[in-house]
Amino acid sequence: MKGRAIATLAAGVFYAGAALAQSPVYSITPELEAAAKKEGNVVYYTSIDVKVAEDLAKAFEKRYPGIKVHVERNGAERQFSKIGQEYSSKIYNVDTVNSSDASHFIYWKREGWLAAALPEEVMKLYPKGSYDPQGFYAPMRASLSVIAYNTKLVSAADAPKSFKDLLDPKWKGKLVKAHPGYSGTILTATFQTSRDLGWAFFEKLAGQQVMQVQSSTEPPRKVVAGERAVMVDGNEYNVFLEKQKGAPIEVVYATEGSPLVVGPSGVMKFAKNPNAARLFHAWTFSLEAQQIAVDDGGLRSFHPGVKEPAGRKPLKDIKLMKEDPISVDKQVEELKSRYLRYFKT
Amino acid sequence: MAGRAAGPDLSGPVLAASGLFLAGLVCLPIGWLVAYAFSDRAGDPTLSNFVALIDDPTLFEPLVTTFGISICVAVAAALAAAPLAWIVARTDMPGRRIVRMLMTASFVTPPFLGAIAWEILAAPNSGILNKVWRDVTGAEDALFDVYSFAGLVFVISCYTAPYVFVVLSNALDRIPADLEDAAGILGAGRWKVVIGVTLPLALPALLAGTLVAFLQAMTLFGSPAILAIPAGFHTVTTKIYSLFQFPPRPQVASAAAIPLLAVTITLLWLQAKVLGRRGYAVVGGKNGEPRLVALGAWRWPVLALTLATLSLPLFLPYAALLKAAVSRVPSGPFDLANLTSENFTFVFFEFSQTRLAFSNTFVLAIATATGGTVLALLVASLAARRGGFYGRVLEFLATAPIAIPGIVLGVGLFLAYTRGPVVLYGTLWILLLAFLTIEMPAAFQQMRAAFRGLHPELEEASRILGADRLVTLRRITAPLLKSGVIAGWCLIFIGVVRELSAAVMLSSSATKVLSVVIFDLNESGNLGAIAVIGVAMLIVTFAVVGIANLLSGAGAGTRLRSG
Repeated sequence: MKGRAIATLAAGVFYAGAALAQSPVYSITPELEAAAKKEGNVVYYTSIDVKVAEDLAKAFEKRYPGIKVHVERNGAERQFSKIGQEYSSKIYNVDTVNSSDASHFIYWKREGWLAAALPEEVMKLYPKGSYDPQGFYAPMRASLSVIAYNTKLVSAADAPKSFKDLLDPKWKGKLVKAHPGYSGTILTATFQTSRDLGWAFFEKLAGQQVMQVQSSTEPPRKVVAGERAVMVDGNEYNVFLEKQKGAPIEVVYATEGSPLVVGPSGVMKFAKNPNAARLFHAWTFSLEAQQIAVDDGGLRSFHPGVKEPAGRKPLKDIKLMKEDPISVDKQVEELKSRYLRYFKT
Repeated sequence: MAGRAAGPDLSGPVLAASGLFLAGLVCLPIGWLVAYAFSDRAGDPTLSNFVALIDDPTLFEPLVTTFGISICVAVAAALAAAPLAWIVARTDMPGRRIVRMLMTASFVTPPFLGAIAWEILAAPNSGILNKVWRDVTGAEDALFDVYSFAGLVFVISCYTAPYVFVVLSNALDRIPADLEDAAGILGAGRWKVVIGVTLPLALPALLAGTLVAFLQAMTLFGSPAILAIPAGFHTVTTKIYSLFQFPPRPQVASAAAIPLLAVTITLLWLQAKVLGRRGYAVVGGKNGEPRLVALGAWRWPVLALTLATLSLPLFLPYAALLKAAVSRVPSGPFDLANLTSENFTFVFFEFSQTRLAFSNTFVLAIATATGGTVLALLVASLAARRGGFYGRVLEFLATAPIAIPGIVLGVGLFLAYTRGPVVLYGTLWILLLAFLTIEMPAAFQQMRAAFRGLHPELEEASRILGADRLVTLRRITAPLLKSGVIAGWCLIFIGVVRELSAAVMLSSSATKVLSVVIFDLNESGNLGAIAVIGVAMLIVTFAVVGIANLLSGAGAGTRLRSG
């Protein structure tokens, strides 16, 4: 333990020195492109929906032929355990990572597992405060965790308007929600909801015979299938994607506010393909990639140039719960054990 | 002495080497398991993990649930499989061969895939069967809720019953008619012969199969992970898995695995005690052919019942998967609006892991099956023919891994091979080791049951004529056991394709296997893509198993008869 603390400290000092010596800001140059092509591969760990991740990978491969993107999609919390196992065993599989749990980046930065790599475009265009000033991570995507209902099973008038409405006995056995032990989105959402509404909300919710699934991508699918009428939480972007396909689902922005979930990306310190990782990382923040993420992925973007598709309520018009990854990082164990106490899994 | 130039007898060194390898294979993960179970987070010795296991209801309840499930599954699997095996092996029911093939097919189906298919069929609201039930009867409630204890038992039984079936039907094939004839001549009726002679002779195989079913149910991870979490309870394996979520608690997880290990050892010990060592050798050098019971007018009802049983693990789930493969919403209406090819496009053209996962899976399956068969054969022959303390130790080593949940084995191997001198994580080797360890017991049980039913007189003849132990094994014993050997190979092959729990811990993005790909896709609810991958994977598996079965059908019978 003590040895590790010293190592972390030493790493911190090393970083401080390195940061002074060399700016983390970089842009996509022909040299970076050439070096990346030489590596030829980039391993991308992400918790984004697998179809969206593969769409991004394909677009990148088209833009930069000769570089193959290996998508490794896992729920954010599983991905977090995996990277933890791998890095503690000095296995450096992952080149660049994206997680729907922003607190992971606080942990990885503290452990010295991230490289300082801040794309110039992010520094110039993205809102100040949305990215790490030292360049260890930046917000590749954002989404909300929302309530949604099956429009064939529930009329708009009957649909819940708030989290409190979900506690009505009429929803007993008709709700589905995802699990904070697997999904970063849901962990973040659980933190914000329990902070703003109190744990009593979850204690009562557990009495509603809620169907429990793992990933935050799944509740919208269960609602579309009609397995449950209403989802308590889950990705706004999957609801958009289902709607685009014509599925009978409608989103509800709870009157108490909807949890905002930012999904940052970072480059790993010991990436085997550091140049390809930086190239891919920078590209994912470009207008091209961000527009794909928004159009095809249903995500929210911090890039000011991105055009929101018609029919989606703009972020500024939605009441949001406040994001606070630093507190999530501190309370993660408590969050999971309280959840277990109420929901048994 | 020998009529030919005999080389040195290598059987001693070869057997010693395989024994050592097996010991390493098994002791390493068990060693890690025990060491972790008795240490605290700082690595100091403690009993606190076991205290937590009893004190903390979130740890104790899964333990009770798991034993409940295992007992129910073992009973259900034996009750379903025993009559089926007898019908197929010992009666003249029409279509026996096809039924046997279909049963093998349900054996090939990975339990997690079956669980996903049953979600599509019997989810309480969107499940196809429940929708039909509501439409037909106008009932409010679901006919069957797959997200429940009973649902989980049912789905696990569907895919563990074939274990009992395969072991039992193979044993029934080998029981000759002499004894049954003798009973018949002495005046016993047809059913009295079945109950008084055939059944007792098949009992060791039935018990062995049921035991495997029990242990499979106990250590299974995929089906509970898919069905129990939505149902709101944990089994030991899903609990162990969740204990590796951040912050990981491998110590408590290891302690939670110890009761499984203890139960398994006790059961295996009991089995050895009850059955004794050599009481049931029936296949000698001179036997009559097995005689079939004529069903007469009962042929068609029996066939109908057999097919109805087969629809549960096979016809219904496969129909559901095929439907999901071409549907936008897996359980949606069966109409044009819901029809799509997007799942195929996604799997074969967009999803970057498809090709790699296919090649990894089948390379591993063939390598493990071949290595594992050789090892199981060596150990089984030694244990059966030499006996003694060394034989018993080997026997234990070859059976013990069945008690280690794959997920814990995965962690043990992860810990062992991610630090020097040999770093195997991220390579296929670590998966090969894991699969070899996990699948060994099933193959070994199969070989041992085969050896138990084989009288040593033929081998003794060979030894007397001057062949050494290995030559005898290769030229006499192995051919006699050919169908058993090939069944063992298939068991491992299928086992590897089905394996999820260790793979989930050990595969990396470069060494992904299909089961893990499917599990990842299920986590996010991509049922359509799962259906496409699952069906493609089964087609390849059937092809391989089909070829192996053709080989087995040609050889074994003729050789036995000419002996």
